[in-house]
Amino acid sequence: MSSLSISTELPLKKETTEQVNKTVVYDTKNLNLWYGNNHALKNINLPMYKNEVTAIIGPSGCGKSTYIKTLNRMVELVQNVRISGEILYREKNIFDKEFRVEELRTRVGMVFQKPNPFPKTIFDNIAYGPRIHGIKDKKILKEIVEKSLRGAAIWEEVKDRLHENAYGLSGGQQQRLCIARCLAVEPDVILMDEPTSALDPKSTLKVEELIQELKENYSIIIVTHNMQQAARISDKTAFFLNGEVIEYDDTDIIFSTPSDKRTEDYITGRFG
Amino acid sequence: MKEFALKSEEKFHSHYLNIEKVNKRMTTRLFINNFVKYLFLASTMFGLIVLAFLIYTILRDGLGWINMDFLTNRLSTLPERAGIAGAVVGTLWLMFVVGPVTMVLGIGTAIYLEEYAKRGRFHSFIQTNITNLAGVPSIVFGLLGLTIFVRMFGFGPSIIAGGLTMSLLVLPIVVVASQEAIRSVPQFLREASYGMGATKWQTIRNIVLPASMAGILTGVILALSRAIGETAPLVAIGIPALIIPIPSSITDNFTVLPMQIYYWTIDSVLVDEYASMAAATIIVLLIVLFLMNSVAIIIRNKFKKRY
Repeated sequence: MSSLSISTELPLKKETTEQVNKTVVYDTKNLNLWYGNNHALKNINLPMYKNEVTAIIGPSGCGKSTYIKTLNRMVELVQNVRISGEILYREKNIFDKEFRVEELRTRVGMVFQKPNPFPKTIFDNIAYGPRIHGIKDKKILKEIVEKSLRGAAIWEEVKDRLHENAYGLSGGQQQRLCIARCLAVEPDVILMDEPTSALDPKSTLKVEELIQELKENYSIIIVTHNMQQAARISDKTAFFLNGEVIEYDDTDIIFSTPSDKRTEDYITGRFG
Repeated sequence: MKEFALKSEEKFHSHYLNIEKVNKRMTTRLFINNFVKYLFLASTMFGLIVLAFLIYTILRDGLGWINMDFLTNRLSTLPERAGIAGAVVGTLWLMFVVGPVTMVLGIGTAIYLEEYAKRGRFHSFIQTNITNLAGVPSIVFGLLGLTIFVRMFGFGPSIIAGGLTMSLLVLPIVVVASQEAIRSVPQFLREASYGMGATKWQTIRNIVLPASMAGILTGVILALSRAIGETAPLVAIGIPALIIPIPSSITDNFTVLPMQIYYWTIDSVLVDEYASMAAATIIVLLIVLFLMNSVAIIIRNKFKKRY
C-alpha cells in the first residue's frame, strides 16, 4: 500500500502518526443525486483519506464533477437538485440542518476547472478569504499572502507585482494563484475539479508538482479526465461511470490490475 | 484568373443554374442591392436632419437669451427679469430625491431577483410586471403620484411628491439595467467566493456589486436623465405655473426645467419673448442631458468586459 508508506513519512501538521494513518476525512454513504429527473449519482460509497490524493476519473458526463461539487455542497447552486444519503466530513454529515455550509467551505477549499481569479489585484485575491473570515490586520494579511503564494509555488513570479491585476497573469499562473487563494483560508481538504484542463503542458506539470507538495499538509481530491495525470499524482483512484462508482482502489492497482472489465476498458482507452 | 471569365462556359458544370438567366437577373439584383443601401442611408439621414433642424431652430431662438442673469435670476412674468434659477435648483432637488430612491429600490430589487429569488412563477410574474411597467405612459404614473403622494400622504405638489412619482416612473429602467449588469458577472466568480466560505451577502457585496457597478451606474444615470426630462407626471401632480421662490427644502413647491419650457411655450401667445426663453431653457436642458449621457458612456466604456 503505497499510500500508507507515504503518509507515515510525512511531516505532520497536528495529528500524531497513528491518527494520520487512515484518518478518513470524507466518507460518502449511499449518496444519490438527481438533477430534476436525471439520476446523476447512484449509490455512491467512498471513503477518502487524510493526506492522500484521491483521483476521480471517468468519461464525460459520468458524474465526477457533480460528485466533487457535492462534497462542498456547491452543487446546490444549481436549481432542482435533490440529494439523498450522507456525506460525512470529519464524521459530521454535511447535509445536516445544523451543519453550516459556509463552515464546510471554509474547511474545504476548491480549485476550479477554469482559473477564476477575481478582477482584483494579486494581493487582494489572496487576502479575500482571510478578509471575509474577519482578518483585518495588514501585517497578518501580508504574511498570509506571502505564505500562500509560496505554498502555491508562485511567490517568486509575482512578488514584485502583488498590486497588479491578477488578470495580467498567464493561465497557468492564474491557476496557481487560485490554489494560493485557496490555501490562504488554511483548508483541511482541497477539492480540484479538472484543475489543469485549461492549461498548457508546462503549466500542467507545475500544478502537478505542486499537488504532490500540497499532499503533505492537505488532503486532496481531484477530478481529472487525464488518466496519466491520475496515475502520476494520486494515491487512490475512483472510476466513475454513468453516475456509479465502478471501482475504487489504490491507484497502482487500478492502473495495473483493475478488477472490473469496464475500468480496464476505460484506462486502456477503449472508450471514453 | 483569366480562365475564370464568364464566357468559357464549359468550365461551369452547373446542373441547376442557368448561367444566362443568372446573368440576366444580375442587373436587377445589383440595382436592388444598391437601392436598399441608399434607402437605409436615407432613413438614418431623416432622423439626423430633423434633429439638426430642431437644434438649429432652438439655437437660433434661444442662444441670444442665455446669459448669467438668465441662469441666476428667479422666475418673473417680466421677460427681461425672468430667469431659470428656480427650475435649475428644482431639477437638482428632483435628482437628489430620484437618485437615492431609485438606487436603493432599483438595485435592491435587481439583487433580489438575480441573486435570491428562485426561478419560478413568482419570479417570472415580477419580471414581466417590471418590463410592463417600463412601458406604462408617464401620465399614468403622474396620476398615481397625485393620488398617493400629493393627496393621500398630503405632500402637495412638493419636491418629495414629485421626486417619488418620478422615481416610480424610472425605477424599471434602473431595475432592468442593474439586473443585466448583475447577470453579466460570470458565475465562476461567485463560485470562487462561495468556495472559500463566503456568505451570499459577502459575495454580493465584495464580488458581484463591484463587478457590476459600472452597468448599474450607467442605468442610474440614464434613469436620472429620463427623470429630469419628463413633464407629464409633474403636470399631473399639479406643479403650479409660476413659482417665484427658489425651493430650499424637500417639502417646498418647485418647478423643473421641462415644466418651465412647457409653461413658457403655452404662454408664448401672450408674451412673444417667452418662446425664446423656452428655447434658451431647452438649450440648458439639452446640455445637462448631453453631459449626463456622456458620463454614462464614459463609465460604460471604462469598465467594459474584463473577464
